Amino acid sequence: MLKINNLHASIDGKEILKGLNLEVKAGEVHAIMGPNGAGKSTLASILAGREEYEVTEGSVDFDGKDLLELATEDRAREGLFLAFQYPVEIPGVSNVNFLRTALNEIREYRGEEQISAKDFMALVREKSAIVELDAKLASRSVNEGFSGGEKKRNEIFQMAMLDPKLAILDETDSGLDIDALRIVANGVNTLKSAENATIVITHYQRLLDYIVPDFVHVLYNGQIVKSGPKELALELEEKGYDWIKAEFSI
Amino acid sequence: MGYTENDLAKDLENSEYKFGFTTNIESDKAPIGLNEDIIRFISAKKNEPEWLLEFRLKSFKIWQEMTEPNWAHIHYNKPDFQAISYYSAPKQTKKYESWDDVDPEMKATMAKLGISLEEQQRLTGVAVDFVMDSVSVATSFKSKLKELGIIFCSFSEAVQEYPELIQKYMGSVVPVTDNFYAALNSAVFTDGSFCYIPKGVRCPMELSTYFRINEANTGQFERTLVVADEGSYVSYLEGCTAPQRDENQLHAAVVELIALNDAEIKYSTVQNWYPGDKNGDGGVFNFVTKRGICERNAKISWTQVETGSAVTWKYPSCILKGDNSIGEFYSVAVTNNYQQADTGTKMIHLGKNTKSTIISKGISAGKSHNSYRGLVQIHKNAQNARNFSQCDSLLMTDECGAHTFPYIECKNPSAKIEHEATTSKIGEDQIFYCLQRGISEEKAISLIVNGYCKEVLNQLPMEFAVEAQKLLSISLEGSVG
Ligand SMILES: Nc1ncnc2c1ncn2[C@@H]1O[C@H](COP(=O)(O)OP(=O)(O)O)[C@@H](O)[C@H]1O
Ligand SMILES: [Mg+2]
Repeated sequence: MLKINNLHASIDGKEILKGLNLEVKAGEVHAIMGPNGAGKSTLASILAGREEYEVTEGSVDFDGKDLLELATEDRAREGLFLAFQYPVEIPGVSNVNFLRTALNEIREYRGEEQISAKDFMALVREKSAIVELDAKLASRSVNEGFSGGEKKRNEIFQMAMLDPKLAILDETDSGLDIDALRIVANGVNTLKSAENATIVITHYQRLLDYIVPDFVHVLYNGQIVKSGPKELALELEEKGYDWIKAEFSI
Repeated sequence: MGYTENDLAKDLENSEYKFGFTTNIESDKAPIGLNEDIIRFISAKKNEPEWLLEFRLKSFKIWQEMTEPNWAHIHYNKPDFQAISYYSAPKQTKKYESWDDVDPEMKATMAKLGISLEEQQRLTGVAVDFVMDSVSVATSFKSKLKELGIIFCSFSEAVQEYPELIQKYMGSVVPVTDNFYAALNSAVFTDGSFCYIPKGVRCPMELSTYFRINEANTGQFERTLVVADEGSYVSYLEGCTAPQRDENQLHAAVVELIALNDAEIKYSTVQNWYPGDKNGDGGVFNFVTKRGICERNAKISWTQVETGSAVTWKYPSCILKGDNSIGEFYSVAVTNNYQQADTGTKMIHLGKNTKSTIISKGISAGKSHNSYRGLVQIHKNAQNARNFSQCDSLLMTDECGAHTFPYIECKNPSAKIEHEATTSKIGEDQIFYCLQRGISEEKAISLIVNGYCKEVLNQLPMEFAVEAQKLLSISLEGSVG
């Protein structure tokens, strides 16, 4: 589904990704771990199409398409979803209006009909239940005045609504208490299928007790320096990132 | 047309009619320029009573002694007032009883305005008084309004039919001496709308007027007078659009609202005149004086969405004369390219327990400049007056400007005045967030901007709000930088 090959990218002349390789197949869950500043959010942003970053080398194939050639909104319409580390507030725009606009744009791109108001509201009810999101939050302005936990839950709610092929969750666990973490993880697991895939970016292995990955990758200094089964996460937790730093720093 | 100053002079000489003209004048357009004779020409064309001609001539004298104001934040080539024709009537001035009678060309024009009269009539039951180049040409729903004693007609018609009301109220809120443009308007106004709601009557439909500037180089001097008698209510809509123009066109309207005891007037405007091209050429100059007076327990609320005009100078105001009266001002002003807007409001608190609310949202794009200028004045006897003002500016680029000038004059210590102001740049983060959900940039901007203006848009009647949202999107297309 996703094949990243020797990806180099920089911002303001500073190289952040330095030859990154990663392959994700349908039905898989991948975890990307790494210390602060390793480039995890940068990778997520580049895949999603944030324009500030300059890709200097490498390629990304998404379901047979050259991802880097696609406009940001078309990547989303092709089924790529990013759950933001810091979800953005849009005052005055209700969550439902925002999602209905998004859903209809995606449908239009795929040559499908606009969703009726009735079907849409039914979908909202069904999907908000997955992350136990208060129905009131669905009609409030996008993320405005939401608590940290509510914002993260709202990201997963949006993911449920848009039903992506590939979801990238950037530190969705940060700032969540254990109950919220369980709800969010449960939501992600519910949405998992043989046709879609998930990349979970996290700093702590805690989340991986709830969302069990098929593969764990360590991102350090702009590269995937180590990959392994889920046990790798435990090893990292035990030894800390200094172990990686010592092993891979020049 | 071949009608010159000299011809006019000759006509004047030969005329026996005491107003200077008889109906045998064929010209439907005044010659270019402005002098007393032109004013007599207009007045005669409209078959006006003597007192109105005198009002015009007095206004003209006052105007001649005034100088055009200079504004710190507006730069433009001042119009040459002698290069404008002050009167032009469409070829066909017949009144229509039914929709079928309306000129097909007129219908096409209205279709271009986005909302056809047909659709308006069908969907909303709006009575539309369509003003095309200074003369009203289509009026509908009149009979229904008549049953309730509501008068809604062109200003000229009102002069003929209800002279006592016009004489009593015209110039009572915006005196001739008020400002340069108001004086000019008082001298040369050609038409406009008049509305009267009798005591205790709640007008059952939105009254709506669509203005359009049609002929090149025809200054537009509309006059609107709305009188809500005791305990009555009316919601009045004014919408404007103009076709593209190479030369700047002047528009200097006067709007007067009178809300008598316990009455309420809601006045909504969507203004979409030609703003000039990307280089700042062309476009409408919009210098409007809008003011309302509230008697005891009365309420006036101004709501406006302004996206057009090259230069806008406009301060809808409320004089809160009666005790417990309320004034409100909700405004969205969008400027793009080289547009300049200097808008705001004045809330004059004279009575006790008077309340005013000001919500202003300025959106600047391109190289435009957008200023908010507001005055809150609390007079000595305005015990317990309250004002809340919120002025927000949204910048779409690094090259545009937003300025806020709140003036407060308070002569009564019991007053409570609150003022909040914010300036923000449209968030790249917000746009990226939308794009990542599959929403196009255009729709994203539209969503964000409409969200930003929600408090104001919520004040508009439903159908108008939809149109206003579309306008906001259109005027900001491709404007993020
Ligand atoms: N806009 C930017 N300009 C310059 N450097 C940046 C910018 N954004 C991120 N960086 C740098 O890129 C590196 C990777 O950041 P990030 O991808 O956010 O790391 P992570 O998500 O792994 O903590 C960091 O050193 C950070 O300082
Ligand atoms: Mg990060």
